[in-house]
Amino acid sequence: MSVRVSRRSFLKLGAAGLGASSMAMMGFAPEQALASIRHFKLTGSTMTRNICTYCSVGCGMLLYTRGDGAINVIDQVYHVEGDPDHPVSRGSLCPRGAGVLDFINSETRVKYPEVREPFTNEWKRISWDEALDRIARHMKDDRDRNFETHDDKGQLVNRWLTTSMVAASACTNETAYLTQKIARALGMLVVDNQARV
Amino acid sequence: MRGDQINLQNIVARSASITPSPQVRQGGVEQVTKLIDVSVCIGCKACQVACMEWNNTRDEVGHCHGVYDNPIDLTAESFEVMRFSEYENEEGDLEWLIRKDNCMHCAEPGCLKACPAPGAIVQYANGIVDFNSEHCIGCGYCRAGCPFDIPRYSERDNKAYKCTLCSDRVYHGLEPACVKTCPTSAIMFGTREDMLDYGAHRVEHLKGRGYENAGIYNPAGVGGTHVVYVLQHADKPEIYSGLAKDPQISPAVEAWKGITKPIMSAVLGASVLAGFFHYVTKGPKEEPEDDPDPENAGRAREIDRHDGEDRP
Repeated sequence: MSVRVSRRSFLKLGAAGLGASSMAMMGFAPEQALASIRHFKLTGSTMTRNICTYCSVGCGMLLYTRGDGAINVIDQVYHVEGDPDHPVSRGSLCPRGAGVLDFINSETRVKYPEVREPFTNEWKRISWDEALDRIARHMKDDRDRNFETHDDKGQLVNRWLTTSMVAASACTNETAYLTQKIARALGMLVVDNQARV
Repeated sequence: MRGDQINLQNIVARSASITPSPQVRQGGVEQVTKLIDVSVCIGCKACQVACMEWNNTRDEVGHCHGVYDNPIDLTAESFEVMRFSEYENEEGDLEWLIRKDNCMHCAEPGCLKACPAPGAIVQYANGIVDFNSEHCIGCGYCRAGCPFDIPRYSERDNKAYKCTLCSDRVYHGLEPACVKTCPTSAIMFGTREDMLDYGAHRVEHLKGRGYENAGIYNPAGVGGTHVVYVLQHADKPEIYSGLAKDPQISPAVEAWKGITKPIMSAVLGASVLAGFFHYVTKGPKEEPEDDPDPENAGRAREIDRHDGEDRP
């Protein structure tokens, strides 16, 4: 539908517009409401202390979650910053630690055991029981096949060199102790962790 | 006045507004300052990450330009960027100068002066210059007014954005996100007095290490800034990826907002008044019919009379 505006009403509108803008410029504009600064996004959040999982420095982190832990709520981490009470980092975080939120909420994050069968390129989801059984089976088979009790010179060595234990860098002392005990008890000599990354 | 609060954020100046803000209860507000010590910065960019995390911005993944600067320039979603420059000093040694580039929070902000939208840019009593995006009209004048070329215009919502010095955190007694995360204490935050004291201490230290021209970058041309740098070569700020030696608000902005605007307002007002008095003394102008043919003119008048009824 076309609206016909006559020359006269066009001029009237123009004059009204000019008058209004002149009034505004001379200071008769309606007072603008002044919104306050951005809403503080940590209000009402739950703060949990944790250790950064990236490297062996083990900086302290504060994880801020929404949700109160009730049965019908799934809590979600929505902000992470440094823990000022942590003796190592005293509140600071490196770029990886500072951006850990996107790591926590990453779509590609591994949340359950997966297996890639030989000669395939697909990762298949398996249960924890299945995964642990499978790992135990592989370890047992390999150890039975390759465990050495004596070396070339006939010295007693009791070693298992064909399998290694790769531990995490941000383990607690207790975890590290148990890892060491299990690996050594099996005769594993190659123990490493990803602290060097 | 140590011990006074720094987080009270009453507005002391706002763009395109003549009405002064209430000031009686603003005594005892301490000015804040962020100090960036270029000499201990390792360029890790934790500040950039913490900034994006806090402000919920996630910039587009860019491309490598052959340098460490990433992103290559500030954007509406990257409020700060580390600028890397390789400087060869008089002895022929290479110095890697890494400057965190972000809003300087000038005491006399050019953006605020240039902004035509009432209340879109405000200055708090503690010195922070903040964009109130609700009132932003997206004209981009703030960028023209800024002597440091900081504000960036977003194509997504047609509004300008820049660093807020985490005014939301400061209001709740926290330091800005970049300050908190910095692993080498290259970024510090506190009252203006404390930061200038600390900066002076750092400058002394640098002078003892052989940097004779070390100093604090706190340019007087914009009334001082609430973000100050400690530079090893304060006599040559331009080697730090083009940091302005003597930043000034552009004379065009000064003239437009200083002299031209009131004069033009008066001229506009006078012309409206003249038109009004002309109407009063001479009366309305008698229009000849639009169409010389009386039959057509009559039809046109009929349509004019009904044009309101056409509308829904």
